[in-house]
Amino acid sequence: MKMTKMLRGSALGLAAGLMLSTAVQAQETIKVGILHSLSGTMAISETTLKDAMLMLIEQQNAKGGLLGKKLEPVVVDPASDWPLFAEKARELITGEKVAAVFGCWTSVSRKSVLPVFEELNSILFYPVQYEGEESQRNVFYTGAAPNQQAIPAVDYLAEVEGVERWVLAGTDYVYPRTTNKILETYLLDSGVAAEDIMINYTPFGHSDWQTIVADIKSFGSAGKKTAVVSTINGDANVPFYKELANQGIKAEDIPVVAFSVGEEELAGIDTAPLVGHLAAWNYFMSAPTPENDEFIAAWHKFIGDENRVTNDPMEAHYIGFNMWVKAVEKAGTTDTDAVIDSIIGVSVPNLTGGYSAMMPNHHITKPVLIGEIQDDGQFETVFETPGLVVGDAWSDFLPDSKDLIADWRKPMNCGNFNTATGKCGGKGS
Amino acid sequence: MARSCFSILQRVTLVLVLATAFLGGPAQAQSDSPAELISRLAGADFRETERIVEALAATGDPAVAPVLEALGEGDLFYRRSDNAVFIARRGGAGYLLTDPLTGADAGEAGRREVTKVRVNNSLRRAVRSAIGTLTLQSPDPGVRMAAAEAVLKSRDPEAIGSLDAAIGREQNERVRTVMERARAAAVLNSDASDADKIAAAQTIAEKSDQEARAILMAASNGASAQLGEALAYAVRQVERDLAMWSAAQNVWYGLSLGSVLLLAAIGLAITFGVMGVINMAHGEMVMIGAYVTYVVQEIIRNHAPFLFDLSLLIALPLAFVTAGAVGMAIERGIIRFLYGRPLETLLATWGLSLILQQVVRSLFGPTNQEVGAPSWMSGAFELGGLTLTYGRVWIIVFALAVFAVLVLVLRHTSFGLQMRAVTQNRRMASSMGIRTNWTDALTFGLGSGIAGVAGVALSQIDNVSPNLGQSYIIDSFLVVVFGGVGNLWGTLVGALSLGVLNKFLEPYAGAVLGKILVLVFIILFIQKRPRGLFALKGRAVE
Repeated sequence: MKMTKMLRGSALGLAAGLMLSTAVQAQETIKVGILHSLSGTMAISETTLKDAMLMLIEQQNAKGGLLGKKLEPVVVDPASDWPLFAEKARELITGEKVAAVFGCWTSVSRKSVLPVFEELNSILFYPVQYEGEESQRNVFYTGAAPNQQAIPAVDYLAEVEGVERWVLAGTDYVYPRTTNKILETYLLDSGVAAEDIMINYTPFGHSDWQTIVADIKSFGSAGKKTAVVSTINGDANVPFYKELANQGIKAEDIPVVAFSVGEEELAGIDTAPLVGHLAAWNYFMSAPTPENDEFIAAWHKFIGDENRVTNDPMEAHYIGFNMWVKAVEKAGTTDTDAVIDSIIGVSVPNLTGGYSAMMPNHHITKPVLIGEIQDDGQFETVFETPGLVVGDAWSDFLPDSKDLIADWRKPMNCGNFNTATGKCGGKGS
Repeated sequence: MARSCFSILQRVTLVLVLATAFLGGPAQAQSDSPAELISRLAGADFRETERIVEALAATGDPAVAPVLEALGEGDLFYRRSDNAVFIARRGGAGYLLTDPLTGADAGEAGRREVTKVRVNNSLRRAVRSAIGTLTLQSPDPGVRMAAAEAVLKSRDPEAIGSLDAAIGREQNERVRTVMERARAAAVLNSDASDADKIAAAQTIAEKSDQEARAILMAASNGASAQLGEALAYAVRQVERDLAMWSAAQNVWYGLSLGSVLLLAAIGLAITFGVMGVINMAHGEMVMIGAYVTYVVQEIIRNHAPFLFDLSLLIALPLAFVTAGAVGMAIERGIIRFLYGRPLETLLATWGLSLILQQVVRSLFGPTNQEVGAPSWMSGAFELGGLTLTYGRVWIIVFALAVFAVLVLVLRHTSFGLQMRAVTQNRRMASSMGIRTNWTDALTFGLGSGIAGVAGVALSQIDNVSPNLGQSYIIDSFLVVVFGGVGNLWGTLVGALSLGVLNKFLEPYAGAVLGKILVLVFIILFIQKRPRGLFALKGRAVE
């Protein structure tokens, strides 16, 4: 009893001390919220992004901060729990009064925080490739939209590998379903017969791939070059690739192009049997540019481990953070409305040797890279789009979104403007 | 948009390729020695490399085979300073260089001094077929077999001449069969006469597998009526065989899934089935076993790489002891205070499972850890029309072995006797001089240890990450409840029948719906027989 009283007393003291110190610091720092899961199923991917953000903030502070003030990271753990994302976002915005939030991984977590950012008028930078079909005033999408990843990858397979038969395999949730719907329409439009497309969904964390890999093998034995377009999510990939290797499906015979498999996911597999399988991203750790070398060196130094890899969503945060910094400098304030206005058109270097710019639809321009898996777990770029591709918020290959555009500049100021009816407000409103 | 860029790019390259072809490209290629061709690989783009590969194959010189192999495996590099091409392997400060043709030592190079000759999938295909054609007459029958299979895959009509020569000299029956099939595949892909092609179709139909079907169906594009009919007949023949085997394949997949379920559930059959403890941290014991495997492999990789093939055998006892010790600590520290309070046990062990996950996450990091497969567990073999992967075969064998050992321990050892006595009538056992406390701890340790052993096997097929256990906990409870709580044989039958049921539903209903249907089935089954397949009878139940 006495013990608990003492504990409670010291806890109170500690809390008071913390509050005091934050109150003092609030005068001279700009707070940046980091909303990534550090526990639960998504921790595997999101923890790295939290570390990357801490590194970027540290670097910015070493350069003298922003507007003469130091940046102060505020890290919260939404624990892979979607409703908790909304609560933690609210806590960051109203409690901590952060100037901007960098976070979320899954689409469902993003959808869960959207109303909070809208209601409290704050800014979210979302760094992961996603299914598109969204453009929100308070959100900046620094990951790839489907036209910056999926469609160029399919083009590559069709034109370079001569693929005529397609397996669209994905985990059963919104990103694979929407992406596959877009791809199916795209393939049918470009003259692929319906019987040459096989669509397959599996539950989250699926680990027994024997039947599906055998199905793919059998689908691929119809005399036409076959490829698998994989939107299989996170953890299910390792057993999938292991089964492919075990059943002897080589990339030369049936290549698999993946949209959710990066350097980080490959870290858990022996990649020697997977050489030649593909992934489409906007960044690979193997990109041979001085900016990238510098970024990797800084990352290894920050994390204290030479074996840690970098990946595409980390680059997206790198771009997003630098854009925000530039926009704040341009606006001269961290005020949400001013930053939202000033960030459009801001252009910063990416890590693959070019510049990325923020477009009026709150998506960014990116190069699209196709890489083949190597035996050291890295990707080798085998194709790169000649120029930058502009992220398209509303897909041209879905019937109810092909007339929609997003433009957050005045006077349109609309995330889903219907060019057919000339009115703001279509799908998603 | 992206598409049009593509085709422009392609057109430009096409023009370039044509231009070089007109400017004496082919004539040059024919007169070039292998050494000259190889030197041109430095800095070549994919198309250029592909033409060099073709020219190298056309020399017919077996000495270029190692060069092509190195190219296919990404071991061919060129030195930036003088564009000399070498085969380079990791070693020293960067790479150890050897001369590509003679194999002579050519010194070392730092990582930044050499650049890899880049390859992509279509190049790898070209390399595979070129090596196949070059090594068809190798003295080693294994190499000839691989060569014949490579040519069979490439269906390259250019190889027919080499195949004819090789078939004439081939003594080995099995190799000759593959060569003849490779020749038939090449003929079907060439512009040979219909009569030749119909004969070739029959040769391929005898192969009777998915590859045969692929070759036949590819040949029917643009075939004449007569040939088309023959091909269609051959395809039907192959498909009839395939359909027969596919049922057997489903049973096999089911057994293999069942053995994984059995492994995951068998420890739970002890802690939950025999002791009646609802242990939500059971999955984490499996995870601990998998991490022990990882640590063992890491140590072996760094200190004794020659032991790698034995790493799983070394990991087995260690995983048993580690997970068993953690299990006993849990029993002594938490569960023994909660006997007879199932709700509290459930909550406490669930909390514990979260704690264990986070501990592992903090110790090893949140990312997947790499656990390699020993050579005797990689690859697959064919049994009739079945493709059986070695990994799965071993897991089935292993699951049954663990089950047998457990049954023996329970039946024929004094510990097993005490364990059964305590679970059947605690007070009576206690008055007979059995230390019931210790028996409880050891029983829980045994169940946990077996879960750890299961983790060693599961590390071969699943992610080694902190979440590993979570994906098995629900399935494990399902198996134990379905099989009948307290009955090991029920767990065995339950696991295997759920596995087979799942795999027979999956091709028709898909993976997602299949899983739901299995759940619905179990719910209905439990309504009908609340005690599972093999219900315990007698006083012990009350």
